[in-house]
Amino acid sequence: MSFSYVRDHMVEPRPAPVNTAGPIAWARRNLFATPSDSLMTILAIVLLIWAIPPIYGFVAPNFLGGDAVPPGGIVEECRLETAGACWAYISARMSFFIYGFYPAEEYWRPNLVFALGALLIVPLLIPRVPFKRTNAILFFVVYPVICFYLLNGGVLGMRPVPTEQWGGLLVTLIISLVGIICSIPIGILLALGRQSKLPIIKTLCVMFIELWRAVPLITVLFMASVMLPLFMPQGTTVDKLLRALVGVTLFSSAYLAEVVRGGLQALPRGQYEAASSLGLSYWKSMWFIILPQALKHVIPGIVNSFIALFKDTSLVSIVGIFDLLNTVQAASSDIEWSSPTQAITGYLFAGMVFWVFCFAMSRYSIWMERRLDTGHKG
Amino acid sequence: MSDMSSHSAEERTVNTSQMKVSDTEVAIDVVGMHKWYGDFHVLRDIDLKVMRGERIVIAGPSGSGKSTLIRCMNRLEEHQQGQIIVNGVELTADLKRIDEVRREVGMVFQHFNLFPHLTILQNLTLAPIWVRGIPQAEAEATAMHYLERVKIPEQANKFPGQLSGGQQQRVAIARSLCMQPKIMLFDEPTSALDPEMVKEVLEVMISLAEEGMTMLCVTHEMGFARQVANRVIFMDQGQIIEQNDPETFFSNPQHERTKLFLSQILH
Repeated sequence: MSFSYVRDHMVEPRPAPVNTAGPIAWARRNLFATPSDSLMTILAIVLLIWAIPPIYGFVAPNFLGGDAVPPGGIVEECRLETAGACWAYISARMSFFIYGFYPAEEYWRPNLVFALGALLIVPLLIPRVPFKRTNAILFFVVYPVICFYLLNGGVLGMRPVPTEQWGGLLVTLIISLVGIICSIPIGILLALGRQSKLPIIKTLCVMFIELWRAVPLITVLFMASVMLPLFMPQGTTVDKLLRALVGVTLFSSAYLAEVVRGGLQALPRGQYEAASSLGLSYWKSMWFIILPQALKHVIPGIVNSFIALFKDTSLVSIVGIFDLLNTVQAASSDIEWSSPTQAITGYLFAGMVFWVFCFAMSRYSIWMERRLDTGHKG
Repeated sequence: MSDMSSHSAEERTVNTSQMKVSDTEVAIDVVGMHKWYGDFHVLRDIDLKVMRGERIVIAGPSGSGKSTLIRCMNRLEEHQQGQIIVNGVELTADLKRIDEVRREVGMVFQHFNLFPHLTILQNLTLAPIWVRGIPQAEAEATAMHYLERVKIPEQANKFPGQLSGGQQQRVAIARSLCMQPKIMLFDEPTSALDPEMVKEVLEVMISLAEEGMTMLCVTHEMGFARQVANRVIFMDQGQIIEQNDPETFFSNPQHERTKLFLSQILH
């Protein structure tokens, strides 16, 4: 006996059953899937109910139902026993947190630096905007020069402002931007050098990377500010900020080199071979074939390094540079604004500023990663 | 021999009018060449003279050194003894000579090795622009010409990851051709492909042979060898054991090892 079966019409797709779609199904699947899940969900809700109101009460200003003193308030309000965060203090000292000891009548100079920077970096980060090459040259070459002369003065009748007077968010941004931008090329070269077949180059790169990775940044900064002048010939001085910049850059480039090396090693050998077989020289195959792919693979690691670098800039305070955190710390002993919540409000503010920048970097990198994804298939 | 495992276009007759093997012009000359991986003697005393216009198929069991041999010919692998002379240039550690050879020798890999971050068109024009210094517009015109030849001009602006294996391998062949090579090396070009896609790649290779391209091809496609090759080389344990014209090679193999190999792959 034999069977034959040929389907002559296809079954139409039907909508999913109600208990697999919609908010109730979502909650059941993600929050109450098992008894222990339900328990965890309930515990988490209790914890949130317990924690959120006091935090909100401390942070939110009085017109939003909290106990905090809003910007523009007076110090007496902050001294009340029931007062929350003293935002009035932050707004009153804001210019100190942004510019440090930069002379107030010259604030237009850092302001111009901020404005120019924003004007150049925003189109650089948006892929759709044209003139990328010009934009990049302006930002990476012209902008730093303009910034230096604007801030430092001494030209075009601008009065000189020594770097000791620079401070606050301005210095934090300068150190992290210079560190990030300069450590990329150095890190890439170190990573390539570490993979080199030439023994001397390879050894030098390995030694450099291992040396900087094995030393804490604080030590590097101390060495730069205390030890370095001892080795220099008498009478020569190198600017303190510049020394910190060099220290931070070299430190971060060693870390970056290891991240990039991971990307280089993850590429299949076939990519190197295909580039070679087409006659591309070492540098051309690196530039066109290897690095674009390797760097794309390690964007999360690179941004991780940048975020770490951004936060590590606060360590320069120990060599007497007034970055954002150091200005906050210095202002917290200000008698005029002394109140029970003065210090904690300052640190909250500093924490929020750091968080905003780091979170923005993180989001941007995730977005960039998705955009660059062309479907990894060899 | 009619039931041999072959996907090649048996129904297609190969046009041999332009397949001319030069009597005088040597494309590749390998003389007394040895290669070791550490202590392992991979290639032993290889002597091989490839004349201009020859179409050579290299066969043999895996690990016999066939891929290593053709990879030595554009110095993706280094040899330790003997000479390899390609288009009159001897391959040594001299980077200039290596680049000179690589410009004239195209290579197609088992796993295609397209550049996944570049579009098909960019894959094809990169080397002509940056190695040969050809203007972009001209390089793109050439690229489109070769994409048409491999029958996928409509894929020019896609990325390699969006193409099937057979299409990717055809792009890889076109990429090599854009450099206008004098010699083409194929390293198991169909081994990583689904059976349905083998034919479209072999088709392109046959048409290349018809135009008189000098080709060295490591492959298990014995149908292709019979149709296109003028010489079949059989390797085992790093040595050339037997070489002959395909007719004699398949119908009357001399060496015991060759007979065993053929009996295994042709059922």
